[in-house]
Amino acid sequence: MRKRRENVKNHEQEVRVFRNRSLVAALIILLMAGALVSRLVYLQIIEHDVFITRSDNNRMRVEPLPPRRGLIYDRNGKLLAENRPTYNLTIVRERVDDLDTTLQRLVDILGLPEDEVETFRERSRQRQRPYQPALLISDLTEDQIARLAVNRYLLSGVEVEAQLMRYYPDPIVMSHVLGYVGRINADELADLDPGNYAGTHFIGKTGVEYTYEDQLHGKAGLRKVETNARGRVLRELDRNPAEPGKDITLTIDSRLQHMAYDLLGGRRGAIVAIQPKTGDILAMVSAPGFDINKFVTGISYKDYRALQENLDLPLYNRAVRGQYPPGSTVKPFEALGALQDGVVKPNDVIYDPGYFQLPNDSRRYHNWLRWGHGRVDLERALEVSNNTYFYTMAYRLGIDRLSAFMHQFGFGEVTSLDVQGASPGLMPSREWKREKYNQVWYPGETLSAGIGQGYFMATPLQLAAATATLANRGQWVRPHLAKRIGDDTVEPPFADTKPDVQIDQARWWQDVFKGMEAVMNGSEGTARKAGAGLQYEMAAKTGTAQVFSLGQNQKYDADELAERLRDHALFIGFAPVDDPQIAVAVIVENAGGGVSGLGRELTDAWLLPDGKLEDPPGTTVNEEIESIDGD
Amino acid sequence: MAIDFQRVAPRAHQARVGRKRSLWLRMHLDPWLLSILLLLISFGLVVLYSASGMSASTTMAQASRMGVALLGAVIIAQFSPGTLFRWTPLAYGGGLLMLIAVEIMGDIGMGAQRWLEIGPLRFQPSEVMKIAMPMMLAAYFHRRPLPPTWRDLIVCAVIIGVPVLLIARQPDLGTSLLVTCAAVFVILLTGLSWKFILTLVAMAGAAAPLLWINMHDYQRQRVLTFLNPESDPLGAGWNIIQSKTAIGSGGLEGKGWGLGTQSQLEFLPERHTDFIVAVLGEEFGLIGMCTILVLYLLLVSRGLVMANHAQDTYGRLLAGSIVLTFFIYVFVNIGMVTGILPVVGVPLPLVSYGGTSSVTLMAGFGILMSIHTHRRLLTH
Repeated sequence: MRKRRENVKNHEQEVRVFRNRSLVAALIILLMAGALVSRLVYLQIIEHDVFITRSDNNRMRVEPLPPRRGLIYDRNGKLLAENRPTYNLTIVRERVDDLDTTLQRLVDILGLPEDEVETFRERSRQRQRPYQPALLISDLTEDQIARLAVNRYLLSGVEVEAQLMRYYPDPIVMSHVLGYVGRINADELADLDPGNYAGTHFIGKTGVEYTYEDQLHGKAGLRKVETNARGRVLRELDRNPAEPGKDITLTIDSRLQHMAYDLLGGRRGAIVAIQPKTGDILAMVSAPGFDINKFVTGISYKDYRALQENLDLPLYNRAVRGQYPPGSTVKPFEALGALQDGVVKPNDVIYDPGYFQLPNDSRRYHNWLRWGHGRVDLERALEVSNNTYFYTMAYRLGIDRLSAFMHQFGFGEVTSLDVQGASPGLMPSREWKREKYNQVWYPGETLSAGIGQGYFMATPLQLAAATATLANRGQWVRPHLAKRIGDDTVEPPFADTKPDVQIDQARWWQDVFKGMEAVMNGSEGTARKAGAGLQYEMAAKTGTAQVFSLGQNQKYDADELAERLRDHALFIGFAPVDDPQIAVAVIVENAGGGVSGLGRELTDAWLLPDGKLEDPPGTTVNEEIESIDGD
Repeated sequence: MAIDFQRVAPRAHQARVGRKRSLWLRMHLDPWLLSILLLLISFGLVVLYSASGMSASTTMAQASRMGVALLGAVIIAQFSPGTLFRWTPLAYGGGLLMLIAVEIMGDIGMGAQRWLEIGPLRFQPSEVMKIAMPMMLAAYFHRRPLPPTWRDLIVCAVIIGVPVLLIARQPDLGTSLLVTCAAVFVILLTGLSWKFILTLVAMAGAAAPLLWINMHDYQRQRVLTFLNPESDPLGAGWNIIQSKTAIGSGGLEGKGWGLGTQSQLEFLPERHTDFIVAVLGEEFGLIGMCTILVLYLLLVSRGLVMANHAQDTYGRLLAGSIVLTFFIYVFVNIGMVTGILPVVGVPLPLVSYGGTSSVTLMAGFGILMSIHTHRRLLTH
């Protein structure tokens, strides 16, 4: 300090310099403040629109409001499919901190097997948009809900969601009619309208649920909600309510349906009953049935395997997909064809020696009665189900005319309006065989077709429809399951109805009906036992179908084999003849015979005022359950 | 060193001193500064109440904290600049020792360590340095003829360098830069020639890549995110996107108090601490932003006037540095929240929720008032 004596502090100068520097600093500060203000003007004035949009997008979310699925009733208003509130476990992947940990925790908390983690992972992906909840478990038990509630803080992004779920009060007897709804799978997801199905977890898979999916589902609504950064809904800003699905009333009478199911008595078979004038399907049973409620909640692998491996094939809808040789039940239709085409007259008599022979062929085509029925006219041919008579008719008609005429009654075609999975059966023809097997048609095959054997295949639904058309004297009404959809009545005429069967002489109907009545009440009638004491006129025809080959890969034990090689027993009929109210078709697999009584009991129940129709057990009072919205 | 304080010359405007003013002076308080401070603090509390989600307890905690800090400022103002001057080496030396202690404890404790606990007290030595650093430099230049020479600058480099490096190693880049700022302002106010300044700026520019190399990954990430926030919209860029959205959506008049969707619905992170100005911008709009900026500018103006009225080198330099550094806080915070500066952990002075920085800031204003109000007493 001594050395620098000359550099003493100059206070005046220091003050001046400091003032100058302060001014410079003040200027720079103003410039910096100006920079901030211009930045703020840019953000808050110039780009304001951009940021207000961005801020709205942040907080506002459009949520789907899933519609309430339409209910299904039987023709008498008994509830067949309803919606019950259940609790589902859902997950939103975007809100999960760590998916692996969360899924593992879920499995631990709920005490599920370890491999469920992968199932959950798979399910968590099944949704249409980001931030949409994916369904992990449906129908949580109260215990599960409690466990989840306790551990809720560990499970961000996982929610217990109240939801209406399908419930079928009468799941087994109605199984094949109603079908079922199930979780929407990835394939279905691809074809769905994402807007309308956002928030819907279930879709009709089979049966009426499938056919009328669009009507039952309804239209999804929307609500605009405000959410916080964690996605929790804080309030609703706007709401466009969902349009609930339409309720459907079926043509099915659940009392008749139950009776039919019970009549089958645990045997494999199918019964279809149709109201001829309206085409209403009154009963459509395929036995055995299965519990469709299991499919709604997601059937376990074990249960599904058991159903699939069950030799009685409960999942198989015999009524609409089961293809059986119609056997002698085709004879009334064939008789009409023969009359119409003029190859026979009602009173023409054909001698039955017990067999039929084609010209220049030594092979004998046997009647079921080895020694023959002797002199047979149309009425008796039907009454006794004479084969020789119908071999002759088939031979005279030839396969071309026979096939064409049988098509008029719907054989080889799907005639039903709204029956899911209905099979066309098979009405063989020359062209069909050429296309299918590249083989010529043999005359012997015409004879087989003439007694409903050989290639000829029909479903119980087709037989019932053909019988109903017969009862209507040729007038076609498409068989259908829906009677009312919402406020609209499903009534004939339906689009694409087959042209009526053309028969030149109205009395020919009467001639055939007489033969069919004789089946029930004739001294030789094949169903005379079942027809004893009839209180109304009933036209019917019995049939048997040979089980000529075993299905592939089917393993039977010896007893089983013997039982399953027996003929299928068939029956068709309608009553009363003058004013047909009901037409039925019955098939019982491997029954051997004797199923006419089933048909009789059904017509009795339907027609007689003191009929045995009873309300099936478990009838529930229908209460409208309104749609449950989230939160 | 006491000699200089006795050489203080009476200023011309003594004549204007009235009875009331002398009362303020006797209390060693500046009514202008205090009024602006109270206005800012009040406005800050209003914003905080909304930013904390209408939490009365948070707001009350902050209010009492600000009260204590204000009381601290008033107490500090009672000490004469001479006393402060005498304590300066102690403050600086003590601060340095504590930084070294933190460094050693940090080595033991593995990882970042900024806090020091002595009994029930828990504080950041780097906060002490924010005040001790300009004090030390001002004290140094107080004895030196100005403008400073090369030799002075080298001494300064040592005084600045050691604590700044220690703070940067904690690592607390933001605070180390702010401490450096405070020091640089002292040097700039000494009247260092512009040629020198430009040379130093050029050197700093050359040192920038060196800084980049020595940065931690998260610090580099912040710079990269600053350059392009959209590159990581849900991660590091989230804060800045949400704060810009909040401010931008506020518009001219704002969405209204407590009605900012960005802040109330929790899209805006750190909304009651570092990003509180985004809440202000969203709910009070450009008008609110300009209001708080004007308040800050008034405070800075008053501070600069007070600094210019200081009667000795120590007071002048220290007061000037405190005021300018204060503005840097404001600028860095608002610049960061509006997306023109990278995200560094600098709170908005007097408004952000938190105690430590408020205490330091208030201590600075206490020193300012001490410098301003003790001059006349010395002359009498």
